[in-house]
Amino acid sequence: MKIWRQPSADEKGKFVDYQVQDISADASFLEMLDVLNEHLVVKDEDPVAFDHDCREGICGACSLYINGRPHGPDKGITTCQMHMRRFKDGETIVIEPWRAKPFPVIKDLMVDRTAFDEIIRAGGYISVGTGGMPDANAIPIPKRDADIAMDAASCIGCGACVAACKNASAMLFVAAKVSQFAMLPQGKVEARERVQSMVSKMDELGFGNCSNTYACEAECPKEISVSHIARMNREFFGSKLISEKEK
Amino acid sequence: MDKLDAKIPQGPLAEKWTNYKAHQNLVNPANKRKLDIIVVGTGLAGASAAASFGELGFNVKAFGIHDSPRRAHSIAAQGGINAAKNYPNDGDSVYRLFYDTIKGGDYRAREANVYRLAEVSNAIIDQCVAQGVPFAREYGGLLDNRSFGGAQVSRTFYARGQTGQQLLLGAYSALSKEIAKGSVEMITRSEMLDLVVVDGRARGIITRDLVSGKIERHAAHAVVLATGGYGNVFFLSTNAMTSNGSAAWKAYKKGAFFGNPSFTQIHPTCIPVHGDFQSKLTLMSESLRNDGRIWVPKSKEDAEKIQKGTLNPTELPEEKRDYYLERRYPAFGNLVPRDVASRAAKERCDAGFGVGSTGLAVYLDFEDAIKRLGKHVIEARYGNLFQMYEKIVDENPYETPMMIYPAVHYTMGGIWVDYELQSTIPGLFVAGEANFSDHGANRLGASALMQGLSDGYFVLPYTVQNYLADQISVAHVGTESPEFDEAEKSAKATIDKLLAVKGTDTVDTYHRRLGMIMWNLVGMGRTGEKLKKAIVEIQELRASFWKNVKIPGKNEMVNMELEKALRMTDYLELGELMARDGLLREESCGGHFREEHQTPEGEALRDDENFSFVAAWEYTGENKEPKLNKEALHFEFVEVKQRNYK
Repeated sequence: MKIWRQPSADEKGKFVDYQVQDISADASFLEMLDVLNEHLVVKDEDPVAFDHDCREGICGACSLYINGRPHGPDKGITTCQMHMRRFKDGETIVIEPWRAKPFPVIKDLMVDRTAFDEIIRAGGYISVGTGGMPDANAIPIPKRDADIAMDAASCIGCGACVAACKNASAMLFVAAKVSQFAMLPQGKVEARERVQSMVSKMDELGFGNCSNTYACEAECPKEISVSHIARMNREFFGSKLISEKEK
Repeated sequence: MDKLDAKIPQGPLAEKWTNYKAHQNLVNPANKRKLDIIVVGTGLAGASAAASFGELGFNVKAFGIHDSPRRAHSIAAQGGINAAKNYPNDGDSVYRLFYDTIKGGDYRAREANVYRLAEVSNAIIDQCVAQGVPFAREYGGLLDNRSFGGAQVSRTFYARGQTGQQLLLGAYSALSKEIAKGSVEMITRSEMLDLVVVDGRARGIITRDLVSGKIERHAAHAVVLATGGYGNVFFLSTNAMTSNGSAAWKAYKKGAFFGNPSFTQIHPTCIPVHGDFQSKLTLMSESLRNDGRIWVPKSKEDAEKIQKGTLNPTELPEEKRDYYLERRYPAFGNLVPRDVASRAAKERCDAGFGVGSTGLAVYLDFEDAIKRLGKHVIEARYGNLFQMYEKIVDENPYETPMMIYPAVHYTMGGIWVDYELQSTIPGLFVAGEANFSDHGANRLGASALMQGLSDGYFVLPYTVQNYLADQISVAHVGTESPEFDEAEKSAKATIDKLLAVKGTDTVDTYHRRLGMIMWNLVGMGRTGEKLKKAIVEIQELRASFWKNVKIPGKNEMVNMELEKALRMTDYLELGELMARDGLLREESCGGHFREEHQTPEGEALRDDENFSFVAAWEYTGENKEPKLNKEALHFEFVEVKQRNYK
């Protein structure tokens, strides 16, 4: 394996070669890295730092760029859901962190994705407090709309879309949240402010523009569709037009 | 017994919470701004509490060990959340949800708390829908429900197989709103190392920044722990890798009593263990038992052939299969509560009827459901779970029955709290899985999400306020005090001591060894002898750990081995307390099964005369035996009887 090692954000990084042996085909990719780290610790070497937690593809923590692709070669899964049976015996695997300016490296394969949280804080919510809500069945929502909202809401915030994009654009991430709320009557109230505020925050944080290569959709572990970007664009331009008119 | 006053409000069950709220103390808006609250953990309970406190106007500091609150392990809950809405008109009510939960917990939970949980359950669903949580809907546009174990009604709301994710993202969005407003300060990648108690009240915490290693002090008028469960003491569990019991354990060592530590939920439907490299286990949602049928072969010969791989399970005819849950429990069938289903699987496998290469698995079969409903319906209901299974096991569950086996999933035990969710340390509140409160000896499916959000949205905002009402005269609590000095010094000393060991074995090797002890001796089938043996073995392992553990690097860096080691020191003590608690409880109840105490049919045999109490353990000092305190459980509103799912 060639693994990116970088002691901290301020220091330079480099690839280091490692070998692991006797790995079961049934082991997960991260379990293979656990084995490597066990060996490194025993040899008094610094283990490879990487983010991970649930190891079942839902927390969005794991974030490895494997052989040139976010979350590795398989479609529709996260790194932690990949198993070693996917690789050939003796194969060289190259592992890097997400590479995008808004996601600085913290150490080795671990990056700082708080930029995503900042985008959500800019408007990725419905401004209701706790309590005093109408009955949950008071507003019927067509199943189709609820299903599309759920498709969008299944985003795990891992950042693969940004890592996959040559412009480091966060359009799919932002669109998924905008689209979820755009499909629901509860979300319509603040729709205009939300899309403008989230998009300008995304730009401010240094994410790039979308040039419609759809790499984000191809690499998204939850297979979120770029059609949500189209919906966000419609929301965005619509909101701009209304704002212009009101001036 | 003074310390264990549960402070249950007077009056009929259905009026207790209303009465409490009517008479509690409040803090006026101007004074709220002067009061600080620390919330440790930002999963469902913590995020919903922090957001709600922020909305009310308190100053909140929230702490999480992840890079973002959205990664807390609540996110992995799959199946759903219960509420007594009775939308399907199938006979549900607040009382029935309360009753099912008390019965499901095998009469070892406090009536008043459980009733309140059922009472606020409906408001949770309303709240989440208002936040834009995309629950599953029917074609008419209204919310859909499904069934879960231990209930004969359909009261579970869900968002595909990702309900926990959607509810957490709802709470995370509410929290984000408050962070943006400035009412909540969010501190990420930060782990609590100790609780600070000043003049008998919880006044702050010591944390470690997981990036820089910096040890920090934080003070407040009240502290809320919402730090989840401690199932990872077993090493292999369905918990996330960093889920841990340290915050609760530190609170225990500072004087908070620990309630029913041995009450562990072993979930019946997990993907079986398949290698010694394995780092964690994966749950297959209980919702699968709505349509899947559980079976093993009727004869040992067939089971052996299947284990050797010479017989394909799909070739075994119907009459040679034993649908043992349907056989033993005709009324509830495959939807018996988790403890019952887990034990029945273990019984069949121990008797030699298990399947899979290890013989430690049973089938969860969808053949009938696919025939009845069509593959597309099953795919719509459970598609993501089937995909997850196929990725891990490399078998297609639409064609070959799923293999499942019980695994550690949840801890009903936790910090003892009263009706206000306050621990025995004034000003320390504990919410969600971290407290012991609502699930007795066994939690029903889809109740963890309900409890987390109930505590965070609808209970703590009232009860913490009641506590803070007489704290308005206390100015901002500072971090310059001997108590903070001492707590910080002791946290640093532990780190130095760990780094100085420089032994030969990694933290994980110890964790695996502890896990084996816990699973074999404090697991599904416990005996007095096994539990005594566990206590000795854990003590030996603990001594060995402090002599032999190897941790590379230093404190002032990203050091995951050090993080694991710090958690491990607590597991090595907590595991022993779990064994002690199991040993004390000379009865079987819910997930706590003492083999000495069972009915002739092999069901859990409670001893209500002697054990109808909460065991609340009190720390007495290092290497000293903890002191047992008892909170007697009084059942005024339900008739206590042997659980019957037949």
